[in-house]
Formats: sequence, C-alpha cells, structure tokens
Amino acid sequence: MQTIPLAAYQVLAAVLFTIGIVGVLVRRSALVIFMSIELMLNAVNLSFVAFSRQMGQMDGQIFVFFVMSVAAAEVAVGLAILVAIFRSRETANVDDVHLLKG
Amino acid sequence: MGLSLLWLVPLLPLIGAIVNGVGAGLLPRKVVSAIGVGSAGISFLIAAGCFAGLLALPPEARRVTQTLFTWIQSGDFHAEVRYALDPLSAVMMLVVTGVGFLIHVYSTGYMGHEPAYGRFFSYLNLFMFSMLTLVLADNFVLMFLGWEAVGLCSYLLIGFWYQRPAAAEAGKKAFVVNRIGDWGFLLGIFLIFVTFGSVDFATVFAQAPLRLAAGSSVATAIALLLFLGATGKSAQIPLYVWLPDAMEGPTPVSALIHAATMVTAGVYMVARCHVLYLLSPFSLHVISIVAIATALLAATIALVQNDIKRVLAYSTVSQLGYMFVGAGVGAFTSGIFHLMTHAFFKALLFLGAGSVIHALSGEQDLWKMGGLKSHLPRTHLTFLIATLAIAGVFPFAGFFSKDEILYQAWLRGGPVLWMAGVIGAFLTAFYMFRLYFLTFHGPSRVPEEARHHIHESPNSMTIPLLVLAVLSTIGGFIQAPLLPGWQRLDRFLEPVFADAAALLPQTHIAQTQASELGLMLISLTVALVGIFVAYRFYVADPAIPRRLVEQARGIYKTLLNKYWVDEAYESVIVQPIYRGSVDLYNDFDTGVIDGAVNGVGRLIQGGSGLLRQAQVGYVQVYALILTLGAVVVIGYLALR
Repeated sequence: MQTIPLAAYQVLAAVLFTIGIVGVLVRRSALVIFMSIELMLNAVNLSFVAFSRQMGQMDGQIFVFFVMSVAAAEVAVGLAILVAIFRSRETANVDDVHLLKG
Repeated sequence: MGLSLLWLVPLLPLIGAIVNGVGAGLLPRKVVSAIGVGSAGISFLIAAGCFAGLLALPPEARRVTQTLFTWIQSGDFHAEVRYALDPLSAVMMLVVTGVGFLIHVYSTGYMGHEPAYGRFFSYLNLFMFSMLTLVLADNFVLMFLGWEAVGLCSYLLIGFWYQRPAAAEAGKKAFVVNRIGDWGFLLGIFLIFVTFGSVDFATVFAQAPLRLAAGSSVATAIALLLFLGATGKSAQIPLYVWLPDAMEGPTPVSALIHAATMVTAGVYMVARCHVLYLLSPFSLHVISIVAIATALLAATIALVQNDIKRVLAYSTVSQLGYMFVGAGVGAFTSGIFHLMTHAFFKALLFLGAGSVIHALSGEQDLWKMGGLKSHLPRTHLTFLIATLAIAGVFPFAGFFSKDEILYQAWLRGGPVLWMAGVIGAFLTAFYMFRLYFLTFHGPSRVPEEARHHIHESPNSMTIPLLVLAVLSTIGGFIQAPLLPGWQRLDRFLEPVFADAAALLPQTHIAQTQASELGLMLISLTVALVGIFVAYRFYVADPAIPRRLVEQARGIYKTLLNKYWVDEAYESVIVQPIYRGSVDLYNDFDTGVIDGAVNGVGRLIQGGSGLLRQAQVGYVQVYALILTLGAVVVIGYLALR
C-alpha cells in the first residue's frame, strides 16, 4: 500500500491552521471564532499524530489526547461565558464587547 | 542590701510619670499627689539606702554597677543600660532625689488650683527619671539618653502653660538652644567611640591617659565638644540665653531646673569626664574663661532686672559660672560642692519666690512688692537665709562653697581670675539683697486689689522651705576649710578624682593656711559690703539708685536689655537662618524638589497617554498583534 508522505500531512495541517487564524482574526461572531480555534487545535493534533507515526513514538499521540480534553473543557467554559454575555448584552458579536481598554 | 535596689531609684519616678501621664484627667488629685510625691519620696529613701550601702564599703571599692539589659549591640559597638554608683554620682543622686522630692511636695500646694494637675506631676516625675538616668549612667550613650530626656522635659515644663504664647516660645527656645549644645555633645561621643572603641566610662577613662598624650588635639577636640554640650545644658556663654526665658514655666519647675536637675548636668558631666579635661589644659583654660565671663555677665544683668524670677535666673547663670570656674582650674570637688549647696539655696530662693508670687496672686514685678516681711513670716525667714547663703556670708552654705572655688581659683588660676570672682561675689551680694530688700522691706508697693488677700502659703509649701533653709544653713559644714578632718566631701569624692591627680595643673601659688584665711576674710568683707550697699540703695536712701540711673543711662539701658544679646542672636543667627529657610522653601523646595517630583509624574502621565492608544479593547486586534509577533519570531528563527 502506498503511504502518504509526511509533507502532505504538514501541508494540510498548515492550511487548516491558517484557515483557523484567519477565522479568529476576521470573523465577528464569537461562535465562529470558537470553531476557528477548534480548527487550529485540530491542525496541531494532525501534525502531532503524523510526526508520532513517522517517528514510531507514542508521545505525540498522548499529547493529542491531552489537547482534545483541554479543548473540550475550553469549549465548555467558553460557551458558558458566551451564553452569559448573550444574556446581558443580547449579542454574540465580539466587537460589541470591548470594555477592556485603557 | 541597699545597693541592689539601685535600679529602683530612677525606675520609680518613671512609673509615676507613666501612671500619672496615662491617668491624667482621670485620677483624682489626691491619687495624683500620692503617686507623684510618693514615687519621688520612695526614690529618695532608696537613694539614701544606696548611699549608706556605699559608705559601708571601703573607699577604694566604692563603685557599684548594675546592668539591667543590653540596649544596643551592633558589631563591636555595644551599650548597656547599666547604672553605676560611685561617690560622684551618689552626691548627684541624693541632690536630685532629695531636692526634687521637696519640690514635689511644694508643688502640691503651689499647683493646687491647676487644672492640668496630673500632667504637671507626670512631667515632674519624668524630669527626675531623666536626670537620675543622666547621673547614674555608666556609659556615654545612656548618659546622652538622660541628657536628651532632660531637654525634652524642660521643653514640656517651661511650655507647661502652652496657651500663653510667651511660654510656648520660651519652651521652644530652651529646646532649640539645648539642641545646639547636644549636637556638640553627640559629636564628642562619636569622637570618643572612634578614638577608644568604647563608650563605657570605665574603659574610656582608663584608656584616655594611655592613648592620648596630654595636650593632644584629639583630647582637646573631645573636651571642647563635650563642653559645648555643657554650655547648652548648664547655661554658659554662648548658650545661656534660654535659662532666663525659662522663667515662663511654673515656679516649682524653675526650682527644679535651676537647682536639682538640668543645669547641673553640664557641671556633673565635666566632673565625670575630668580625665579627658585634664588631658587638655587648653580646654580647661577655655572653661575658666567662659565660666568667669558668664559669671560676671549674668551678675551685671541681674543688677537691674525687675522681675523677681529673672533676677534669680541670672543669678543661677552666674553661680553656674562659678561652678565651672572650679572645674576649669581643676578643682572638680569644689565645683560639685558648690553645685550641691547651690541646689539647696537656689531651690529655696525659687520656692520662696514662688511663695511670694502665690501670696500676691501672680505678681512678679519687684516694684509692686515691698514690706512683705510681716505678712509672710516663714517665707521671709527662709528667703533671708537663702539670700545670705548665696551672698556668701558665714556660716551659711554658700560661703564655704563659693569661698573654696575662689581659693582654688587663686591657687591654680592666678590673682586675675580670683579678682574677677571676687567682683562677681560683690555683685551677687548686692543684687540678691536688692531683691530681698525690695521684696520684704520698705513701704508696700502692692496694688490695692492684691493687698487684702496677701496670705502666708500653706504648710505643704512652707515645710519644704524650712527643710531647705536648714540645709542651706548647715550644708556647708560637710566641707569646712582650715579645720583638719572637716573636708568630708573631699575625702568622699577622692576615689573618683584620684586617678587623675597626677594630671592636675600645678598650683601657681603656695598653699598656706594664712593665705586661705586672708582670702576668706576678703571675700566675706566683700559680701558684707555688697549687702551694705544694697541696704543704702534700697532701704536707707532710695534716691541713690534713681540718681545713678540718671547719670549712667546708657549703661543702665544696656544692662536692662541684657546687653542686647537676644537681639544680636535674633538678627545675626535666627533671622538669616529664617530668611534662608524661607528662600530655600520658595525656590529650592517648591521649585527644584517639588518640580522634579511633579515632572516625573507628568512625564509618566504623558507617556502612558501615548501607550494607552494601543489598547483599543477589540480582542481581535490583540490577537492580530499576537499573531504578527509570532510570525516575526518564527520568521526570524527560520531565516536566520
């Protein structure tokens, strides 16, 4: 069976990561920003797994479990904050929440 | 057994001061009196017990120390709270507690109507504690503590009636002038520590003759710096100006300051450090000259003052001059002897003056007194005894002590010094009897409204007067001249001064009994002439002083205005400093210092205003900056 080269995984991961960054930077909806963050995390996961397989070591895959569980917790907390903000301000647009400035 | 209780002697007045100070306004007057007078009285009894214990020891072993705790320990510097009792401090301790106790008793009567009764007794007790710490201290640092505390207490007590601007001013003046002296004293202590590596009396005085050559500049510097401190506390030229103003305080305070405490500190300190002074003959000359100049200056001023307490104040300055003359010629025992007898008769004079003032409802002007002899019999009698004593009439205490100083001045200082002293003695006899005649004799010049309630003072005031009168009468006999075996004070203090006997300056003139007797007769004659002149001037023919004033108006004005010394100090020292301070405040303080601080503030404010622009509040802008930063760092690492 023909193996897919490591570079392909890396390119895919880079593309996913860039899409994630651009999403975080340009979208205004907090929900979409969250999804973009997940995209970035999974891009990293992908490159972890690819390297792990390539090197024949399990460390990278264990890392991935950690990243996934942290991401799950982060989403739970983030969504809770989002709900709270939405309740008080009736918006999920991050530009409307800019109180933190000098 | 008595000696082990030595630490209680200063401690009891301190406890009294704390209790009365904390309870001021809460405790009833009787309790305040009991605590204030009781602590002083018990302290005196313990002091007497310690004195008896000291006498029981053989003369060469009469130095007992008691360490309470280590106060300061830093590197090789250490200072203990340690009290030392030797013959010199024993004499001082007895004078302080004894006379101090009598003044406490007197105060219960004199200050009876005072609203701030508790505060007054608290200060009095604190004064006793400070002075006892000063005289019993076994190192310079503890002595300095007492020295400063005495200055503080004088400030508190002189300004006791702080509602009166004059009293507040006088307290401030006393404090500031004393601080100038304290500065010299402190520098002296520093120099002692640098030179000897210790501040303990025993170490310093034992090392001094070994480490310092006689006449060396270090010895002179130490001696003169310490003497600067003494001029502040003991009111010598140039720092005597605070003492006459100190009359603004209540009269018992004047008695305490002038007799038992405070002004004697300088004389005691010079006697305590006699080794250092004897190593520096130059400093002894300075002391003699300053002292005799002070004695004469103050005596001449006292001739024309019209306030009963001011005359006494200048007489104190003058008498302190005599004590320093004794110290300056190396006759420390004579100085201490005069200090002791002076404590008796000066306390008596002030308390007697207080009794007069009390009887006249606060009048202090001599020209509004007169003819009080029959109204105040006890006060009159005791005042007369004190006046005779200070004038130096046989057999009262002042005769012996002043005469001994004059004799020592003749022996060691030479005829000029002696002559100046005799002139001072004449002036003393004159102005003291002027005071006495104007107060108690002649026609009454008391204003009508005060005349009908002239009354003799209560027993609480007259009994201390009587006790002091007895002491002023017989106190001189502990050191009677000529009679073999009567020089008890000499013998008692001998162990203290023995270590420096070899350093004593040589006498210029041979010591003979005939010369001693002759000089004694001369000074007695001079005193009697002074009294007679005062009698002629102020009783027999009151026109004489008026004529004299007319003829010598310039001199009279100069004396009445105290040689314009206060005015000179005001314009030469105080005003320039004041104006300089104002200028510094306006230009340097507000301009440079405040300007620098405010400038830094404004700079930061402006800078942060600029930086604040970067914080827009949009999370995505922050994220963009973060990303760009990461790209730059990664790019740099990748392309390196």
